[in-house]
Formats: sequence, structure tokens, C-alpha cells
Amino acid sequence: MSKKVENTILPDPSELKEEILAKYPKKVAKKRDKSMVVNDPEVEQEVQSNVRTIPGIITQRGCCYAGCKGVVLGPTRDIVNIVHGPIGCSFYAWLTRRNQTDPGPEGENFMMYAFSTDMQDSNVVFGGEKKLEQAIREAHELFHPHAIAIFSTCPVGLIGDDVHSVAREMKKELGINVFGFSCEGYKGVSQSAGHHIANNGIFKHVVGLDNTKKPGKYRVNLLGEYNIGGDAFELEKYFEEMGITLVSTYSGNSSIHDFENSHMVDLNMVMCHRSINYIAEMMEKKYGIPWFKVNFIGADATAKSLRKIAEYFEDAELMAKAEAIIKREMKAVKAAISEVKPKTDGKLAMMFVGGSRAHHYQELFSEMGMKSVSAGYEFAHRDDYEGRHVIPDIKIDADSRNIEELEVSPDEAMWRADLVEKKAKLVKAGLEFSDYVGMLPEMDKNALVIDDVSHWEAEKLIEFYKPDIFCAGIKEKYVIQKSGVPLKQLHSYDYGGPYAGFKGAVNFYHEIARMVSTTAWSLVTPPWKNEPALVAKMADAKY
Amino acid sequence: MLLRHTPKKVMERTGLTINPAKTCQPVGAMYAALGIHGCLPHSHGSQGCCSYHRSALTRHYKEPIMAATSSFTEGSSVFGGQANLLQAINNIFTIYDPQVIAVHSTCLSETIGDDLKQICEKAKEDGKVPLGKHIIYCNTPSYVGSHVTGYSNMVAGMVNYFSESTGKINDRINLISGWVEPSDMREVKRLATMMGAKFTLFPDTSDVVDTPMTGTFEMYPKGGTSITELIASGDNKATLAFGEWATKDAAIKLENKCKVPFELADLPIGIKATDRFIQKMSKLAEVTIPDEITAERGKLIDIITDMHQYLYGKRVALWGDPDQLIPMVEFLLDMDMKPVYIVSGTPGKKMHQKLEALLSTKVPEAKFKNGEGADMFLMHQWIKNESVDLLIGNTYGKYIARDENIPFVRMGFPIIDRIGHSYFPTVGYMGGIRIVEKILSVLMDKKDAESPETSFELVM
Repeated sequence: MSKKVENTILPDPSELKEEILAKYPKKVAKKRDKSMVVNDPEVEQEVQSNVRTIPGIITQRGCCYAGCKGVVLGPTRDIVNIVHGPIGCSFYAWLTRRNQTDPGPEGENFMMYAFSTDMQDSNVVFGGEKKLEQAIREAHELFHPHAIAIFSTCPVGLIGDDVHSVAREMKKELGINVFGFSCEGYKGVSQSAGHHIANNGIFKHVVGLDNTKKPGKYRVNLLGEYNIGGDAFELEKYFEEMGITLVSTYSGNSSIHDFENSHMVDLNMVMCHRSINYIAEMMEKKYGIPWFKVNFIGADATAKSLRKIAEYFEDAELMAKAEAIIKREMKAVKAAISEVKPKTDGKLAMMFVGGSRAHHYQELFSEMGMKSVSAGYEFAHRDDYEGRHVIPDIKIDADSRNIEELEVSPDEAMWRADLVEKKAKLVKAGLEFSDYVGMLPEMDKNALVIDDVSHWEAEKLIEFYKPDIFCAGIKEKYVIQKSGVPLKQLHSYDYGGPYAGFKGAVNFYHEIARMVSTTAWSLVTPPWKNEPALVAKMADAKY
Repeated sequence: MLLRHTPKKVMERTGLTINPAKTCQPVGAMYAALGIHGCLPHSHGSQGCCSYHRSALTRHYKEPIMAATSSFTEGSSVFGGQANLLQAINNIFTIYDPQVIAVHSTCLSETIGDDLKQICEKAKEDGKVPLGKHIIYCNTPSYVGSHVTGYSNMVAGMVNYFSESTGKINDRINLISGWVEPSDMREVKRLATMMGAKFTLFPDTSDVVDTPMTGTFEMYPKGGTSITELIASGDNKATLAFGEWATKDAAIKLENKCKVPFELADLPIGIKATDRFIQKMSKLAEVTIPDEITAERGKLIDIITDMHQYLYGKRVALWGDPDQLIPMVEFLLDMDMKPVYIVSGTPGKKMHQKLEALLSTKVPEAKFKNGEGADMFLMHQWIKNESVDLLIGNTYGKYIARDENIPFVRMGFPIIDRIGHSYFPTVGYMGGIRIVEKILSVLMDKKDAESPETSFELVM
């Protein structure tokens, strides 16, 4: 396998795929076959996804609770998030996702705290509702928060603790918002189920509680931006400069007060389609607020998204502001690209992460002249690969059926007929709404797309492509690096970032240039490895 | 302030744990299982458990932590996880080819009552376990005990499954390792070797979670106790188990199963605990204590006498696991430091008794608590009422350290923001020297940073 890929033609990985499958037991091979697709952007291809992980396959995936508490609700600083269950679930989600937040010097911020009911065997036997109630009372007495959320872990659902009824009771008793999530780890097939449950819960219990119209000419929400490494902070600056009021971000650097008010916007922008599209859809159904997909990962993508926002508001002044930012920021971007390109041009990348990042980051790599030869998501659905047009064709299986789809109907008092009209007009003009084209059409022919990649598959990919960089998460980090390939974490950013927006792009270019030129990699083989004669001689001489 | 909502006033809590000083059983079982050569740990539960435990151990070691999961769905939670585990066993042996699969349960599989023994036996009956390969298991309900309990259960599982008595007694001793770092296990082996003891150490994570960069990923690194050694542990003449919470159960089981007598020792942290450890090893292995070890001991004492002025009377808050905390408190007292606050989420009345015995006369003002309700939030509140000079514990202490401007030495699990614990031991006399060095460094760094210019010291 050649390391450099000439022009744009990627090698056909069909044989690699066969080799991978050959190791599997027959039934496993049959199933994995459908999740591994040799891309052909010219034809419609199905990527089997959002299906059960096969037991014993070493997977990247986590659980429903991780998606609900860890991903979606975790980054909100002023909700006391109580995890109802044995201690581990709360412990492992304690500050491990790097969601930055800025409460100001006096503001409320509970993100540094892990709250748990620390369920014991007696609670499993006799029920844990009383302990949960007591925990909520204590949290209220200690912290006086505006809201308390409850997250159910595996045993809670099994023993039948009703967290929702506890929430209702405590809401009455304490006079604050208390709401529960039935996000037991075994639900669904990955974190994805938890995202959906979190979206439902916030929509049901929080969105719409505050009808105050925040000041400003244009009001927007940024959905699916979690402020890892300060990404959201970067984007907030652009909106401020353009004079756009960012009412809420779901959920990086967020406050529950923003969510309560988040239906009072003119537009929803969706970053991470997988984790948050539900809220966008529900807000459109209930309030008539249009949404479209944006992407701030990559300088060109950022420019495109800023222009799209200005186009939406049909304001020449706004467009001029966007162009001014783009022009100003692109200088540094171009300078950085020409600085790093000698190190990065023609190098190969692969990425297996998340439900959006494995797609978004391809833009950043291509800006550096790097090629994405293989990619896949950890917990995506078919629409994240193939585009939203396949949603009506997706078969609902037993695991998805158990995740509630909220019945949402228009709220006549709050209905935004003006926005509905605006959307219709702009659609005619060619602006795309409510859409996500997915990963496949934007990847090269012959790129190998793999959903829920397993350890064995990753090992074979490395052997075949010998990539210059591999992007995944903490569990894969040192596995891949031991094979001699640097791994960039795209969940935690390896404790770096921000990587969103123009400044973020520059940070990322430099980071990747550093990673593909780390001196220590050339020192892995000791100098005496290829000099057996000399070593033998020295030994003979009894040194 | 990072922990800006922590009030000074301590309120009794019976429902809410805040900032725990423990985590759950399965992560301990996973770590212990990595100490068997050629072993793939397997988590029988939701895949989130496995993902969290692998992530926690990976962050701590910055090394590959391989483990598989039964990937429960809602269906398996209703109908039982037998089908998942059988399929997992077949897949693991086919694809990843370990010598041993070490299965531990989770709160999920425990709550629904999956019978690991029966499922593992069925896997064998169904021919899913290739000849010469093994499945061991232990129960690790997350709602009982703590991560230490899980470690202990997996070590006991090793004895349950492997240890055999042939009737012939070997001239070796078993060293059952408590939950310590690979560096510590390596140090114990070095000491035992220096003494000329013949031994089997299990589990042994050295050369498993501290491997070199070679450019080749080894799914089963060269370290770990071999199956042959584990089987033969039943024929060894005696057992020295160090770390009561983590190893006592295994030592008792080995005695019951194979009649191997045992002695229990604290983890050899500090002077006296190492003294006892060395003496016990000398007695059980019937070897003498060499001068080199006596010299190492002397060096540790020498450093303490040299630097005593910086240590004397310093108030210390510690959190972590009983096996570490008890000898650490003893060590601090031997340096005339004052361990004033001690918390551990790991239950066990004995911790209270032991600390009481150590502290009641020397530091009568000391507060300590373990088990339910003993969390870092409480310890922080104690600190807010009367501060300390030094914090010793896992990485989560950095929030208190920064808010309260208190020097901080990282010890315990997890340490996810510094390196070193994998390579430099804290057990034995040399480990003691490292602890003293670390304590002095942070205390002196603070002094250097904060002393007035007029009294800034060159020599310390």
C-alpha cells in the first residue's frame, strides 16, 4: 500500500474489507458487511447504522446515559444534575468532557460537582425513590438552584423507581423546576438514544417557560455546539460582532435560563445534527422556527455558514459584516495554511468519532491538503451518512421504537407565521433548510466508510492505509499510537482547542502539523537495532 | 472560585453524595484482570460501563486498556444477558484470541440476576472456549462497596478459578498485590528479588499498563502473571497479601481452597509499613534481609531527618482508598506531620478503628470518615472551617487546591493530569523517598512563590 495518494483517486479497499470480514464468525461478518461501505458518491448507498453493537466486538460506543447526561445536559452550568444510581455513572461523567463555561465571577456553576444518590444494595432491593427525594431536598437546601434534573442509570429502570413522579412531587414541594430523564444505559444502542431523550426532556420541561424577547435585531440559537475546548466562545465573538443575538447554545456555555427562552428566536442553526436535530424539528413544528445546518469546523465552512446566516436575514449590512469578518480572519488562515502545508500536504487522515465530527473535520484536513481515506461515526444514524432524505426509509427497530417521539403540535399564540413565510420565500431562492446531506456525498470515491468501527477493523485499517493521523477518542488514543500512528482526540481535543471558527482552524492546522512531524516518532527504532555485528563484538570484548 | 457553591457550614446528608471519594466495582475488576498475562477483561452489562472504565483507566495510564462488553440492550435487560455473553465469548476467542477472558458483572446484570457461573459453564459445554483457554468471572455489583471491592473480587476470582493444590508444596510464596501502580508492583518484585525470595506476584500489571513505544501494538503485552503461575499458587508454601481491602478475600480463599497459610500486611507505604512488609516476607520466604534494603531504609530516614523542619506539624488532608490511606497516615505521623482530615468512599469499619488507633493520641483533632457520605465535598467543608497545609489524593483534588491555595500531591486513583505514577513507585523505602520528595517540592514551591523578597531563600 502506497503511503501517498496521488491526485484524488483513492485505492479500492474492497480486498481490505474482505480481509476484515474473513476473521469474523459468519453471522458477525454478515452484519458488519452492511456497516462497511466503499464510497461511490455517484450512487445511493446504504450504511447500516444505529443498530446493536455485536457483543464481544470491541466498540467505541458508550451508553444512553452518557448521551443524555454526559453530552447534552452536562454542559449546562446552573442545573444541579443528580445521577440516580450507583456511584460510578456520576463519577465517570464528572468533568471528563471538557465543556467550558463562563459563569462570570459570581454566577452559578455546578459543573465542577458530581451529584449522586450513591445507590446501595438496600436501595436496589427496597427501591431508591425515598433516597432520591432526600437527595433532591438536600441539593435544594445546600445550593438553592433554579432547577434540578434527575438522570436514571441502569438499575433504576429495572427496579421500577419512578423518577418522573418523584420529580413532580419535588417540584411541588420545593417550588423549583425538577425534571427527570429515563436514560438508563441499556436503552437504545448507543449514546444516540440518550441525545434524543435529553432533547425530549428539555423540550417538554424547559423550552417555552420564558417568553421574554431578548433585545436585538436578529435572534438565533446555536444547536449542537458543546463548547469543548472553548469552541463556542470563538463563535460567540462572531455573532456579537455581526450584531446577532445568540439567545441560547445547546448546550455549550449555556444556562437553563437561555433554554427557557430559546423559542423566542428567528432561526435555529444546527451544528451537531445527530445529537440535537430533534429540538430543531420540534421547535419548527411547535413555533414555526426554521432551522438549517451550519458548520464552523474549517475556515471555508465557517465563512459559508456566516454568509448563510446573513442571507437568511436578507440584510446587506449584515452580509457586509460577515464579509468583513471573513476577509479579516482569512488572512491569518491563509498564512497558517501556507506555513503548515509543507508538513501536511498529501498526508492521509482517518476519523472515527461522534455523529458529526467525523464529517466536519474532513474539511479542516482538506484545507491542509490532507486526504480523508476512511471515516465513520460512533453513534450516527443513516441520515448522518446518506442525508436526511433517507429518513422516511429508515426501518424503526425494537431498540429505536422504545425511544419516545414527542407529539408536537403548533402553539397558536407563539406561532411565527412570518418565519414560515420567510422560509418559503428563501427556499424558492435556493437556500437550504431542514437538511443535512451527510458524510457520503462529500467523501471521495473509494473512501471506506465504517459505522461503529471495531478494534479489529481499526487495526486492519492502519495496516492497509498507514495513515499519518488517526482521529478518535481516549479509548483508542494509545492503542493507535502504539502502532506508530499519532492519534488526535476529537472528543476532548487532547486538552487543546478551540478548533471552531477561523482561529480554531488555525489552531488545528498547527496542531496537526505538530503531530505529523513529531521528532520522537523517528526515534522509535534504537540505533543498535540494525547493527547486530557491532553489539556482538562489544559483548565479546567484555565491556 | 471553581467550587464556589461549597458552603462552610456542614449539613448532614443522607441522600446526596457530592464529589465522591470512590467509584464503582467493575473498574477495579477490569484493572485487576489486566494483571493476568494474555487476559481480556469483559464487562457484562451495558456498553457504557465498559466505555467508562476503559476511559478512566486509559486517562490514568495513558496506555491501551483493552476490554470487551456484552453490549446489553433493553431486550437483554428483560430476558437476561446469557445470549449476549455466550455470543461475546465466541466472538472474543475468534477475533481477539486471548488466553483468558475475565468476566465481571455490573449493576445491570446483577439486578436482573444473571448467573455468571452458569453462563460460563454453558459456554464451555457449548464448545465456545477453545482448548487451553479460560474464562474466569467475578460478581461486581456496583451498588456494593467501591472500586476497591471490585478489584478484590477479581483477585479472589483468580484464586477461585486457577489456584490448584497438587499436594506438593513449592518453595515459593505468593505475593497478592493490592491496588497499586505497575511501578509499585515492579518495586515489590525488586525487593523480593533482592531478598532472594522465590515468589509469584499476582495480579501484576507491570509491563501491561506501562509498555514501551515500539511502533507495534501488542494487544497482550509481555507482562501479567502467567496462568501456570496462577495455577501453581495453590502449591506455594505461604501467601503474603498486602492491602487488606483489596487482597484479604483472595488470601482467605486460597487458604480455604489449597491450604496455603497467609499473612496480611498493609501496603508497604512509608517506613513502618515497609518494615512490617519486609519482615513478613523474610519470615514467610525464609530469607534474610540484605544490607542493601537496610541501606535504602536508612536513606529514607536520613532524608526525613534532614528536612524535618519543613515537614513538622504540617496539617494534611487525604482522600482515597483505605489500603493506601492507613499506611500513609502512619507515614505522615512518623514524619511528625498532622493528618487532620481523611475521607474514603470505600466502606469498612476497620478503617475507622485503625485510624483511631493511629491518631487518637497524636492528632486528637483529626476528623475521618469512610463509606456512605464520606466524600470530597465534606472534606472540603472541613478544610473551609480550618485549612490545611497539604492535600494528598487523586486528581479531583486540584479544584480544592486551586480554590484554597493549598499545595497538592497527587496519589491514588485516578491521576489523570500528571504522569509518573506508572514509573516511579510509592511503595518500599525508595517509594517513601519519592513521597517525601513530592511533598517537599510542593511545600517549598509555595514557599518560594509566596515568601517576601526580603526573606527569599536560596538554600533550603
